[in-house]
Amino acid sequence: MTKEETGRGDRPTAIENQGSRLIKRAIRPLVAIRPEITAICAGFLVGAIVVWVTGHPVVETFYHLFRGAFGSRIAIGMTLTRATPIIFTGLAVAIAFKCGLFNIGAEGQLQVGAFAAAWVGIALPPMPPVIHISLAFAAGAAAGLLWAVVPAVLKVTRGAHEVVTTMMLAHVGILLASYLVTGPFKDPGPVPQTEWIASTAQLTRLLPPTQLSTALFVALLCAIAVYLFLWKTSPGYAIRAAGLNPKAAEAGGVPVARSIMLALLLSGALAGLGGAGEILGVFHRFIDGFSPGYGWTGIGVALVGRMHPLGVILAAVLFGALRAGGGTVARAVGVPLDITVVIQGTIILFIAAQRMTEFLWERRRKK
Amino acid sequence: MIGIWDILDVALFAAMIRMATPLVLAATGGVITERSGVINIGLEGMMMLGALFGVLTSYWTGCPWLGVIAAMVVGGLAAAIHALVVIRFNANHIVSGLGINFIALGLAPFLSEVIWGSRGHSDIVTGLPRWEIPLIKEIPVIGEILGPHSPTVFMILAIVIIANIVLFKTKWGLRITAVGEFAKAAATAGIPVQRTRYICVIISGILAGLAGVHMSLGHLSMFTWGMIGGRGFIALAVMISGNWRPYRVLAIGMVFGFADALQIRLQGLGVPVHFMQMIPFLVTIAVLAGVMGRSRPPADIGKNYEP
Repeated sequence: MTKEETGRGDRPTAIENQGSRLIKRAIRPLVAIRPEITAICAGFLVGAIVVWVTGHPVVETFYHLFRGAFGSRIAIGMTLTRATPIIFTGLAVAIAFKCGLFNIGAEGQLQVGAFAAAWVGIALPPMPPVIHISLAFAAGAAAGLLWAVVPAVLKVTRGAHEVVTTMMLAHVGILLASYLVTGPFKDPGPVPQTEWIASTAQLTRLLPPTQLSTALFVALLCAIAVYLFLWKTSPGYAIRAAGLNPKAAEAGGVPVARSIMLALLLSGALAGLGGAGEILGVFHRFIDGFSPGYGWTGIGVALVGRMHPLGVILAAVLFGALRAGGGTVARAVGVPLDITVVIQGTIILFIAAQRMTEFLWERRRKK
Repeated sequence: MIGIWDILDVALFAAMIRMATPLVLAATGGVITERSGVINIGLEGMMMLGALFGVLTSYWTGCPWLGVIAAMVVGGLAAAIHALVVIRFNANHIVSGLGINFIALGLAPFLSEVIWGSRGHSDIVTGLPRWEIPLIKEIPVIGEILGPHSPTVFMILAIVIIANIVLFKTKWGLRITAVGEFAKAAATAGIPVQRTRYICVIISGILAGLAGVHMSLGHLSMFTWGMIGGRGFIALAVMISGNWRPYRVLAIGMVFGFADALQIRLQGLGVPVHFMQMIPFLVTIAVLAGVMGRSRPPADIGKNYEP
């Protein structure tokens, strides 16, 4: 409960009270996400400084960034295309975090999930699209889940820190997927990629010519499912309880070890679904290095979204917009796309340093 | 057909030492910071910045030694930001390190493109000289393995020995360990917890910067985008597999360096090397699972201490 909500200081008159209460009610949501707003502003500020110092036009850069992200139907389609996989990975990180676990290996889970989905799309005989697509998504989820088994088991049995195990296995997963597509499953030709998946496994494109597909709806459904699971079911409650205070939860009869297993496995499955969505919706084949780090970005998305499904969706749109707009900036002004990675990093750093945000705001209030 | 002795030649072992150097440097930095209780997964980004700013300085001044200094300074600065965010503002160590990585991995190709017109690689600049050890270079096989190398290669032995002595034979090392094992008790005993942690984190950044500049100025005399290529994370694997002890870090670093050198060699022959690249990560998992020896992190690692 913030100070604004509890009320403080000397009592104003009734009318003043009512007026300020209205204002306070209006800005309360903004006050609640003050750290996130500050972090995003800081990210853009640092981005602007880097752009300015390297001699590029700042205003034009940000104009094109916005135009490329939201300026047209196609721009919005691009933004949502980029947002889709990081909704999945953001949810993956969030569900584990709710159990007090930091799954920073979503990138590996995403890549093995993507490969499994591509394999189902290629290897299975023709069948109705609904079944084919469902099987491919299921394969992606299963592969991602499988990739989280070792960290989950080691966490429960050995107490091995999941940050280390998921990070190490992420690299193993990336290398494994890369091996499969450069070796046994490589389509003839110079590019390490598989053959095309069957048309029955391809998702419908929503906004041609962009690659936005119905994977977005799957992502949104997953967000709703994660919300309902965490806040409306008893295993979800157990996960949150174990995340808040494992000792108290254990004493209160919550199966902590089982919750840890469940949270990490579901986390892996969500990341795997994200990989599947990219293959079935965007690429229609597995291409080596198709992911520009959607798993790592998912961590930032989950942090900015404060580990809540709705927040994850909003943060994914922000990060997706940065990536979509970054391409336009590179073409229009010649500012390298990588500036958006710097902005993302700064946002993450400021989210990490929430105490700094509070510190800045508190000092301003005292003046 | 290529025989095994065509691959396992002297040049391969020389390459092993070259590829082990960045791992050992960064992992030693990791040992120092983690023993004081602060996790630094930003090593990868700090290596990247070190590699870039080393080349940049050599490009502008023509002096590679200034590049080495610049790399250490930039690595130390990035680590200082990490330390500030973590220690002063009570942040999650992983999140802060991740932010540092993002910034570095964005900034390096950005600056490379702005300065040299390619986000992939820089121009070729003056690299570090190659050194040989006067008498040892006369010994047939060993002489060829131990030289000529970049000076950064010869630094690792000194740095590992100094780190080991400081950590285990001096009162500073005892203080660092105390801070990392039980910060509250250390503070009660009058050890400045925060200051110790600041120093250790910054040292890790300096060493990571040095590791990065070894890859650029000490190896290729240029900056390329994939140059660090996850070696910062392999350094973390070296640190864990080395059980947070400098000498073991040196040994494990050599093993992983050998794997790295071999995979580069085999890649040149068109052999798929993915499984070989997995070795450091799989070994770390095995160590954590207790399959190969035991590894125990400092007790207060990742926990913030507020006086």
